[in-house]
Amino acid sequence: MTTTRRDFLAAAVTAAGAAVTPDLAHAQEPHHDHDHDHQVVPSDPALRVKALESLLVEKGLVDRAALDALIDTYEHKVGPRNGARVVARAWADPAYKQRLLTTADVAIAELGYGGLQGEHMVVVENTAKVHNLVVCTLCSCYPWPVLGLPPVWYKSAPYRSRSVIDPRGVLREFGLDLANDVEVRVWDSTAELRYLVLPERPAGTEKMSEAELAGLVTRDSMVGVAKITAQAQGVQA
Amino acid sequence: MNGVHDLGGMHGMGPIEAEKNEPVFHEPWQGRAYAVTRAMGAWGKWNLDASRFQRELIPPADYFRMSYYERWIVGLVELMLKTGLVTSAELASGQPDPASAKQTPPLTPAKVQVLVSKGIPASRDVSVAARFHPGQHVRARNMNPVSHTRLPRYTRGKTGTIARDHGVFVFPDTNALFLGEKPQHVYSVRFAARELWGDQAAPQDSVYVDLWDDYLEPA
Repeated sequence: MTTTRRDFLAAAVTAAGAAVTPDLAHAQEPHHDHDHDHQVVPSDPALRVKALESLLVEKGLVDRAALDALIDTYEHKVGPRNGARVVARAWADPAYKQRLLTTADVAIAELGYGGLQGEHMVVVENTAKVHNLVVCTLCSCYPWPVLGLPPVWYKSAPYRSRSVIDPRGVLREFGLDLANDVEVRVWDSTAELRYLVLPERPAGTEKMSEAELAGLVTRDSMVGVAKITAQAQGVQA
Repeated sequence: MNGVHDLGGMHGMGPIEAEKNEPVFHEPWQGRAYAVTRAMGAWGKWNLDASRFQRELIPPADYFRMSYYERWIVGLVELMLKTGLVTSAELASGQPDPASAKQTPPLTPAKVQVLVSKGIPASRDVSVAARFHPGQHVRARNMNPVSHTRLPRYTRGKTGTIARDHGVFVFPDTNALFLGEKPQHVYSVRFAARELWGDQAAPQDSVYVDLWDDYLEPA
């Protein structure tokens, strides 16, 4: 099927209209003759987004270089390595750990991190007796400056629905079977506070440098769906 | 609103599918969708709560059929139409209205760095009395607004304890409707898992939920 830019923008209007405002759907009656008439979600979001971006650039509403910079930031600059450095510093420096647990924004900013979707941070500590798990049941809130953008599973209905009602079952699904006497605390990110889990420092790492420690810290451990072992892979990229 | 987005406590959503070494964006269009949405937000025509509300309005069957960034695009298109940044004729033709003057984008590459590193704080430096204090027993109000709220259904009518006062923040319920920020205290409220879910939950487990003053009453 050959499709033009016009078709895909029409589909975008129909999608938005049908999904949200009946009036708009009616306003788009002429497009109901198209063969993708019944498709509320057009089959090719790639072309639809491309057409939308072109229109917005031509109208002077967005600057393509700014879009590139945003994508580059979250693909290459801001990610879970930041959080791993925060965790390693807390393991290596008890005074820093204390600041991190009491004034997380300030402590995280000491390492140069902070900003969008991490304006108000809270750090919660895992111990032998307390396990913390972070979720956003209402949408996809996640501490971007220290973990980057969230993985698909974190934004998915299975994780969002069950983390609060069956956290132990969710953790088992991630391969983590907690003892019955451990206390589980689930943090539902309903407001603008963003949560980072400070995982337990694994045994056998006493002689490691801070950089080596950072290499052990996984993204999943900072969300609370995993523990860290001295053999852990650490954060990729 | 009692919408499809309010998923806490639901069953039947299937297994959690965690992908190893997942890329930040699986396909380039997802990155573009993400960036376009953020860049359009820089016009200041709407706010974070309004954009969340717009996505919550997606009907349930569509919400689950769409991927994450498809929801973003649907929400963005609707907000642009509502605020007049684009017209439906422009979306249909793919061309700017010839009568409209070309504008200057507010989000430049230099400002991206500022946006990312400074963020958009939702706290407000105003003096507002706190209605509750740490240690106090509270009940999440049984309220069912038809518009945006950040009070999850699973907490309504349930009793918890104020664990911490986070300070003063913009109130989403009014902000999403452009009815004002109504700044007020947000608290971390600890709910015992058994209060929320009954005896099936472990006695020592709990769920901490961040709730605004207007969501709470003394218990």
